[in-house]
Amino acid sequence: MSNIARAFDHGKAFIPFITCGDPDLDTTARTVRAMARAGADLIELGIPFSDPTAEGPVIQAANARALSGGATTDQIFALVRDLRRDVTVPMVFMTYANVVFSYGAERFAATCQDIGMDGLILPDVPFEEKEEFAPLCRARGLDFISLIAPTSQARISTIAREAEGFVYVVSSLGVTGVRAQITTDVGAMVKLVKAARDIPCAVGFGISTPEQAKTMSAQADGVIVGSAIVKLCAQYGPESPEPVAEYVAAMTRAVREGGARP
Amino acid sequence: MAKGRFGVHGGQYIPETLMNAVIELETAYDHYKADPAFQRELEALFNDYAGRPSRLYFAAKMTADLGGAKIYLKREDLNHTGAHKINNVLGQALLAKKMGKTRLIAETGAGQHGVATATAAALMGMECVVFMGEEDTRRQALNVYKMRLLGAEVIPVTTGTATLKDACSAAFREWTSRISDTHYCLGSVMGPHPFPTIVRDFQAVISREIKAQLLEKEGRLPDAVLACVGGGSNAMGAFYHFIDEPSVRLIGCEAAGRGVDSFETAATIATGRLGIFHGMKSYFCQDEYGQIAPVYSISAGLDYPGIGPEHAWLHDTGRAEYVPVTDEEAVLAFEYLSRTEGIIPAIESAHALAYAQKLAPTMGREQIIVVNVSGRGDKDCAAIARYRGEDIHE
Repeated sequence: MSNIARAFDHGKAFIPFITCGDPDLDTTARTVRAMARAGADLIELGIPFSDPTAEGPVIQAANARALSGGATTDQIFALVRDLRRDVTVPMVFMTYANVVFSYGAERFAATCQDIGMDGLILPDVPFEEKEEFAPLCRARGLDFISLIAPTSQARISTIAREAEGFVYVVSSLGVTGVRAQITTDVGAMVKLVKAARDIPCAVGFGISTPEQAKTMSAQADGVIVGSAIVKLCAQYGPESPEPVAEYVAAMTRAVREGGARP
Repeated sequence: MAKGRFGVHGGQYIPETLMNAVIELETAYDHYKADPAFQRELEALFNDYAGRPSRLYFAAKMTADLGGAKIYLKREDLNHTGAHKINNVLGQALLAKKMGKTRLIAETGAGQHGVATATAAALMGMECVVFMGEEDTRRQALNVYKMRLLGAEVIPVTTGTATLKDACSAAFREWTSRISDTHYCLGSVMGPHPFPTIVRDFQAVISREIKAQLLEKEGRLPDAVLACVGGGSNAMGAFYHFIDEPSVRLIGCEAAGRGVDSFETAATIATGRLGIFHGMKSYFCQDEYGQIAPVYSISAGLDYPGIGPEHAWLHDTGRAEYVPVTDEEAVLAFEYLSRTEGIIPAIESAHALAYAQKLAPTMGREQIIVVNVSGRGDKDCAAIARYRGEDIHE
């Protein structure tokens, strides 16, 4: 069993996301440690990209702040190496294909293994293109995370059969960002995944409130929140570890209340 | 590996949310491509609405002045809406309509593709939204007005460098949020499969006509075909039917901006390296960590950090050559063609004309160069005047 699978072992999982280097890498390190202490089950670390086409305005702005602060892939690797001295929570990178391709996918995966990362999410690499990255990740003990979307329909079974770690269930059309309502039948998407393969499903895109987290976790195995946390990072800057930890604690409680595994 | 590869280039590097949309598009395109009724309808639009075939004009004065190869100009600037962009847009709009789509979205740099899309949307009774970098809405204010006049909504994009690449990202984001009634009318031979193939096929009318027209006038093939390259749609269209004619040199002219040794350039083949962006693997201007570079060119239409995947492959195989042309060289060619032939070319096309000025004198008088004049230069007059220090406003 991979570390990521273990994140879903003790009930519903809460998965926070932050962009590394927003506003600086020291703040990122303190925020990650605070999120781990607050009960996060798995942490998504964004490596900033100049043109993040799957992101809404909030995470786009975080990427821009991180890059103008000078954060690089190598510095982020060093950050994770330092975090792994005491942080045991499973962690995955979220970034864009060109960041990995440019570094050299093989070298990127080898470094991830070396520093103790558990997985990789590339939102611009769909099922059709994953062979370029997934086998290299697998060879280094990294789970290459697959995404399914409300438009996936018949593709869900195909994707689920080859999925690793967990399936990232995109809750809504469009890009990342807070939404007042989620109208997709997430439960039906999760059922299609489970029919094809017994693998945890975590729902992301648009979730910000404890109520939404509770509703979504009742239909899946975990909840991913990005923009709502990145908003706190934007608001509090270097002071964000504390408010982010409070938020993560509240969301973790809400997710746990979401009920039994589907 | 996925479909739509040109050597290692191309592919479909897009979010899962869009995958069924591009699969649906590919299926529809394969169907209508083979449908004679669709092809007849498109040909009628090309001929009766866009004014095709465009002229192949022998530039006698330019030829005499340069003292080398005979120069022919392919007059895509004479098309309705003033550029080659209409060829692709009429094809995609007709296809979208057949697919039951009621709304077109597009990115635009210089505004020519936006104007063409707004035009086709007006003609076919479709809704239209165009994304344009805020910087470009200033450089090309007249085209913004035209799009609005034609009934389109123009959304200025303020993210990143506020130019073509950001407009393109914004259009992709919009498509992800609204797919069922919306077709993304991509303006160049770029993006995920099947776009590079679809756009190339609709633009291939340019080289089909050049071949027939030159055979009629000269009884032979050209020795070289020149076109400017940003994403590369007019060049792909001008090259396509000559790819299997090894005697014909194919030369793409990239925007070097203030020079390939400066940071202010958009010459992708000269300064970029292999990467993955905007749905495709190809060459991109980027830093050592794969961050896309903020490129620059005087020409809003060539101000893009990448190049279409089929061009990247033509470069790899050596079938086509790609040469950088600076702002200054392009402006000189813009002025040169205006004075010499009474034709004001788009500043984009002026990049190809500038290289023709260099190349023609090195060739024999019996040889033939065809330059694709991809668009007309009305839209550029105010900006070029400002470049020359004249403070005029549109």
